[in-house]
Order: sequence, then structure tokens, then C-alpha cells
Amino acid sequence: MTESTNNAPVRKGVPLWAQVIIWVFLAGLLVIVAMGLNRAQQGTIQPGQVVDDFTLPLFSGYEYEGKSEVQLDDFRGKVVVINFWASWCKPCEQEAADLQRAWEAYEPTGDVIFLGVDYVDTEPEARVYLKKFGITFPNGPDLATRISQYFRIKGVPETYFIDRDGVLHYVQVGPFTSLQQIQNIIDQMLVE
Amino acid sequence: MLFALVVSLLFATTVFAQDDLPTDDEVNKIAKQLYCPVCESTPLDVCPTEACRQWRDTIRQLLSEGKSEDEIKKYFETNYGARALDEPPNRLITYGVPVAAFLLGAFLLFRGFKMWLKPVAVEPASPTEEAEVVPQDDYIRRMEEELKKRK
Repeated sequence: MTESTNNAPVRKGVPLWAQVIIWVFLAGLLVIVAMGLNRAQQGTIQPGQVVDDFTLPLFSGYEYEGKSEVQLDDFRGKVVVINFWASWCKPCEQEAADLQRAWEAYEPTGDVIFLGVDYVDTEPEARVYLKKFGITFPNGPDLATRISQYFRIKGVPETYFIDRDGVLHYVQVGPFTSLQQIQNIIDQMLVE
Repeated sequence: MLFALVVSLLFATTVFAQDDLPTDDEVNKIAKQLYCPVCESTPLDVCPTEACRQWRDTIRQLLSEGKSEDEIKKYFETNYGARALDEPPNRLITYGVPVAAFLLGAFLLFRGFKMWLKPVAVEPASPTEEAEVVPQDDYIRRMEEELKKRK
């Protein structure tokens, strides 16, 4: 009788090590969900935001000052025009000649750099396109679509204007309608 | 005569090489495992866009260069990203981690509930607890004695 009284059944809680693992696991799960939600809510990169550095490999024949790849940070102090295009993209053809003329106008000043980013394309067709429109500014493939994913482009063509401090100034979704439109944006950035 | 035979064999080899070009079936066998990011959810073998046609031509070219299926898929992954593939490149992590996490969770829950519900005998941890038990024992002893008297 005495023994039964001493050994009264009690409920023992979850051991500490198991509690720690469960809470760490739950906290980790919440962090992952929060990161996913945060990423999903982020739209395209907005004007006023600093554009992070990226590397663009360049097609042979479209190098910049002999370099086969360039980094965005190399162009701090210059206005950078990043044009996303593809050879299969018909609207891109509407603006190709105007972009080239704009490049020819600003290249001698050294204040502006144009970068063509070839999106989801094959190199032979891309070369045909570049040759067809006589494009000479640095151009290269968006390997693994890393750059377009960073900018979260909606399609091609899209053009991003980055100021001398690396801040996004303007985004053109769709093709430019004229050379004047391109020049107006760049001239305004050069004055500021 | 021997010279003519050698020359004819050379020509025969050339003709064989022409026939050895990848067929549409061979191209589509790989194409159906790839997805163009421009046309989401449409396998490359049935995608009608110009971009996908270019990709199929690239597959044909790589096949004719003697590249294997895995090498071609790797080429597309490198150039266009993992989302061009129909399956994630690291299947062990993609499929293994959720299963492992589920099993770990199930184990922890099972272990936790089992320990939580299991009745465990608790021994007196201190003299105080023991002292508290003594009056109870004395009470029972007296109760038993009382019952014996009444019998």
C-alpha cells in the first residue's frame, strides 16, 4: 500500500532537447515562409533604388574596351542604358535602329554606356539580329536569366536607365517610339 | 580495283553521315523535357513560338555534334537557368529534404507524445517530500488497524 502511494503516476513533459529542436524547426519554417512572401511581394525594381552589381559576359565582337565581360559597377560615373532584347522578339526590332543611333550619338562623349542583354536566345540568331540592325554597343547573353530575374522583367524589350550613382532612374517597358524619346531621357539624366 | 573499292567506301561513309542527322523524334525526346521561360508550362516539343523553334534547332545541332542527352540538358541549364528543365537539377535535395523533414517531425511528435503520456514513477526527491508521505502512511496504518478492530 505504501509503495503504491509513493509511486503515484505522473505525466512527464517533452524533454528539453526535443522542445528546442521543435521550436528551432518551426522558427526556421516561419523564416522561410516570410522570405518567400517578401520575395513574392517585391515587384520590378523601382526607380530610386540602387541597382546591385552584376556581370554580363559579352559576345565575341561586342566586347567593351577589349573586355569579354563587364560589371555594372565598372560604369559608376556614367549613365547606363540596359536594354533587354531577343532575336525572336518582333517589337525589339522596332527600336533596334533607334537604340543604335542613340549609342552613336552618345558614345563619343564617354558619359553614357549602352548594354544589350540578350534574353533567352540562341547565339547564332542573336548575331544575325545584331548584324541586321548594325548594332555595335556591348551585347551579351543573360546566362541562366540571372540579370532578367534580378530586374524581374515582364518581357522584351525593356530598357533600364541607371544614373551616374548607380540608381535606377527610369524604366521603359516595350519599345521606344522614336530616337527623340531615348535622347530626352538620357539628356535629362546628364543634366541632373 | 582496290583503289576504286576504297573510294566507293569513302563515298558510302559520307552518305551514311548524311543519314545520321538527328531525327525530329530524337530532338523531341529531349525537347519534351525542356521548358522555354517565355512560354511557361509549355514543353519545348509542342511549343509553337519562334524562341522554341530556335531551341529545338540548338538541340538538333548539339545532337549532331555528338552531345549526350545529359550534356544537352546541362547546356540549357547553364544558358537559360534551372527553370528550363522539367525537373529540378538537384533531385536529392528537392525531394529528399521535405521527406526527411516530415519523417523527423513525425518521429519527434511520436516520441514527444509517447513520453508525455507515459506514466512514470516518481521517487521522493528530497527529505521534505518523504516527510510529507509519512503522515499519510501513518493514517493508512491507523485506518488498517481500525478496520481490523471492527472485524
